[in-house]
Amino acid sequence: MKQSPSRKSPWRFLTLLVGAFVFLFPFYYMLIGSLQAEPDPSVKGAFPSPGNLTGKNYTEINAAIDLGRSLLNSGIFTGGVILGTLVFGVLTGYALARLQFRGRGAVFNLMLLVQVVPFQLLTIPLYVLIVRSYGLADSYLGMIAPFAINSTAVFVFRQYFLQLPQELFDAARIDGAGELNILWRVAIPLVKPALLTGVLLTFIGPWNEFLWPFLITKQQDLQPLAVSLSNYLTTVSARAANPFGAVLAGACVLAAPAIGMFIVFQRRFISSSLESGVKG
Amino acid sequence: MSARGRSGRGGVLSSVLGKQPIGTAFVTPYVVFLAVIFAYPLGFAVYMSFHDYFFTAPGAIVERPWVGFANYAAVLSDPAVRRSFVNVGIFLLINVPLTVVLSLVLAYALNAAIRWRTFFRVSYYVPYVAASVAVVGVWLFLFNSDGLVNRLLGPLAPDPSWLVNSALAMPTVAFYVTWKQLGFFILLYLAALQNVSKDLYEAASMDGAGRLKSFWNVTVPGVRPATTLVVLLATVTGANLFTEPYLLTGGGGPDGASASPVLIMYQKGIEQGNPDIGSAIGVLLVIGVLLLALAERRFVGREDR
Repeated sequence: MKQSPSRKSPWRFLTLLVGAFVFLFPFYYMLIGSLQAEPDPSVKGAFPSPGNLTGKNYTEINAAIDLGRSLLNSGIFTGGVILGTLVFGVLTGYALARLQFRGRGAVFNLMLLVQVVPFQLLTIPLYVLIVRSYGLADSYLGMIAPFAINSTAVFVFRQYFLQLPQELFDAARIDGAGELNILWRVAIPLVKPALLTGVLLTFIGPWNEFLWPFLITKQQDLQPLAVSLSNYLTTVSARAANPFGAVLAGACVLAAPAIGMFIVFQRRFISSSLESGVKG
Repeated sequence: MSARGRSGRGGVLSSVLGKQPIGTAFVTPYVVFLAVIFAYPLGFAVYMSFHDYFFTAPGAIVERPWVGFANYAAVLSDPAVRRSFVNVGIFLLINVPLTVVLSLVLAYALNAAIRWRTFFRVSYYVPYVAASVAVVGVWLFLFNSDGLVNRLLGPLAPDPSWLVNSALAMPTVAFYVTWKQLGFFILLYLAALQNVSKDLYEAASMDGAGRLKSFWNVTVPGVRPATTLVVLLATVTGANLFTEPYLLTGGGGPDGASASPVLIMYQKGIEQGNPDIGSAIGVLLVIGVLLLALAERRFVGREDR
């Protein structure tokens, strides 16, 4: 490879190495801290000592917030958002990419516009409407509704459908296939990898989302893990024996699925971020 | 053939509805979603901010009198709200330049043919993928008065410590968010670097430009559109700040020194039951972000024209 400026430069590698340490260390420390029987904030505590290791923090956090139930809630919330985005987002992305109809330009511009509306600013009116007017507090529907179709994913779907050759669609239409049929039998099979990208892209948002489910779930057995963990952090932790150990154990459980998914599919994650970033 | 025949017959119709009017049916759920989740609440927020709006039992019919700018006047004269806007200003002053510089430098270093490239990319992106609630836990552990960071600093450790120090709480939050989001911006710059022509680097080195000089004269202008985007996105992220001050500094402490506008909006609008005041804060925040975005565009993107 010909890389004009600085082919062999140890400083580049060193910079990156220092950077990687700064980025990864908190996660390493999170794991170590979650396994310590006694919290050890000294420098020595950053290295695991076999005598101080325990799984007790995990049972403690599980007793306090019912990890299984919280994870199930996170899963239902995330699953609902992914389902909505896949079904309606694919229909919208396909229509925007391949169908000529009245209002297409308007819908496209709307989709771009929505991506710059900061969601937090809609918090108060959405809270009033969904909780007070529609009575959807403490329900999965209320949790999912504001995120039901992810606009960034719609945009990514559209980009992929746009790349397919027009002849394919002409041929299918000449054969008399309906649009729903063409979408299902021709277009979707060709963009299956894109659908996976869309799922991954959609996954991180609701899995990590805090403010909205925090506002609308007061019942503990409906709270996603991020919410119950933060409640533990702000209220219960002061009274626990090893509060940081339990918090870090919960943090590991919350972070693991997203990080795991990311590492397995990192190529797709990165390319989708690149694309949505460059074109959006 | 049949396709052409159909469009011929429906000439007038298709000029009104388009060639494939079924597209309208396909996008209807999405449009309804945008209307219900974005457009209506946005209008409703503006409505609430000009009326005396309060929570009532469902179905109760009450008077919601028009109060003009009274809510805005209340908001603007409230020291806690003013403080939160100053706080977000401090946040942006630290977060935005730091994000631009660090992500560009790291992306530039990462763009070379270098060992362990995938490893580096993955490690920079991991904080972005992990939930803020999860990572806040470990930062509390690292930065509390008895934490690892202070143990390493020894006598240099600040007193009072990071998150309970009124001068350092907001900067610490800003550093946290910079660290958390950086991976995403590194990827943006990585993509932009692909578009900077290799010839320009060759020409620069022919002219005898050193590494730093060619970075400054070729790379920085070459990625200017990406910089505009990074600045804009970082600003929007900053305006949305809630989770981090809420959890890292125990609800915006010490004494409101790290409270963000969204945090105040939540406290006033929902905790204290004044959605009209909360909406006014929200509207002011949107206007502020729009003005800032316009100013940044002029400033950062000035050589685009």
